[in-house]
Amino acid sequence: MPHISLPDHLPGITGLLEYRKDSAAPIRTLTQILLRGENSLSTGERELIATIVSHGNGCKFCTAAHTSAADILLGDNTVCDLIKLDILTSPVSQKMKGLLKIAAAVQKSGKHVTTDMVNFAKETGATDMEIHDTVLIASLFCLYNKYVDGLATVAPTDPEFYKNLGDRITSFGYERLPQGYDDLKK
Amino acid sequence: MAHINVDTNIPGMRSLLAYRPIIAPPLLALMKVVMRSNEGLSLGERELIATYVSFLNDCTSCHIIHGEVAQCFYKDAPELVSQIKENEISNQLPPRLHALLSIAESVQKGGKHVSQAQINIAKANNITDLEIHDSVLIASMFCFFNRYIDGLGLTSNDTLETYKERAKNIAENGY
Repeated sequence: MPHISLPDHLPGITGLLEYRKDSAAPIRTLTQILLRGENSLSTGERELIATIVSHGNGCKFCTAAHTSAADILLGDNTVCDLIKLDILTSPVSQKMKGLLKIAAAVQKSGKHVTTDMVNFAKETGATDMEIHDTVLIASLFCLYNKYVDGLATVAPTDPEFYKNLGDRITSFGYERLPQGYDDLKK
Repeated sequence: MAHINVDTNIPGMRSLLAYRPIIAPPLLALMKVVMRSNEGLSLGERELIATYVSFLNDCTSCHIIHGEVAQCFYKDAPELVSQIKENEISNQLPPRLHALLSIAESVQKGGKHVSQAQINIAKANNITDLEIHDSVLIASMFCFFNRYIDGLGLTSNDTLETYKERAKNIAENGY
């Protein structure tokens, strides 16, 4: 049960973003820019960063939601499972291995990012901007994961829920839906 | 040295906002909306949560600047911020502040560390749902900012004087 009173029909992050809409607006905008805006990293690659950080934080809701989004955007539902097992042997580019390693370090603490990790990413083709965005996305998902679990929001267990959520965030992005979320009430 | 090529003449997180200008408006809006809201938590309480989380994350520039901002709101307790940093929160803090900082401390460790018992204590001290929400959000936000700054290896040219000067300006005029 959540630590504060939240609407039953909006589990996970959605209920929190509806609880305080004025703080939600800039968080949503930042996420939309970073995960969907113009970028040399693909949307699928950016969802992998969100996934590996959420997984490291043990945040079930966010991990399932962003795994679903990454699966759709990559057109492959094995990559997320494989990066969760081992980044270095997973079927992503050398550059993405370097960036996912940086993201996994950020999940623990900013100070865990080493010069060696950054050099590896640069040697495999990552630009300064890509390293910047990786650190920023990884940090942002630490915010989300702590926010979602710190208030004990509900994580549905039905896989169908996350499939629908993945469809929603890959189709409509991260800004608040103009019509709100009343149609999710059953 | 920073891991990427940012302008190190610009102090604090502003160098990152200059590096990636498109993210500046939402980041500054988030700071304004959450850290300067007068509903529920006081501005001082908000800054103390920011300070304590940044301290636990060992993010030096963040805990110094926000500690100085926080202290501006507690003129009658000039040792409050240094007490919180030195003794963590085991000292004789007022129960309300202790309850808020204890929730923030758990968020810093991991969201799941926030226990029902901590929430019960907060509610017994008349801390509202909105105040609990904001405490968790501020603690989560500073886990974000601390990682952003340290994850990019950002260093600071600030001295205690320049921190104090900027803190006074933030306390008076906001972000």
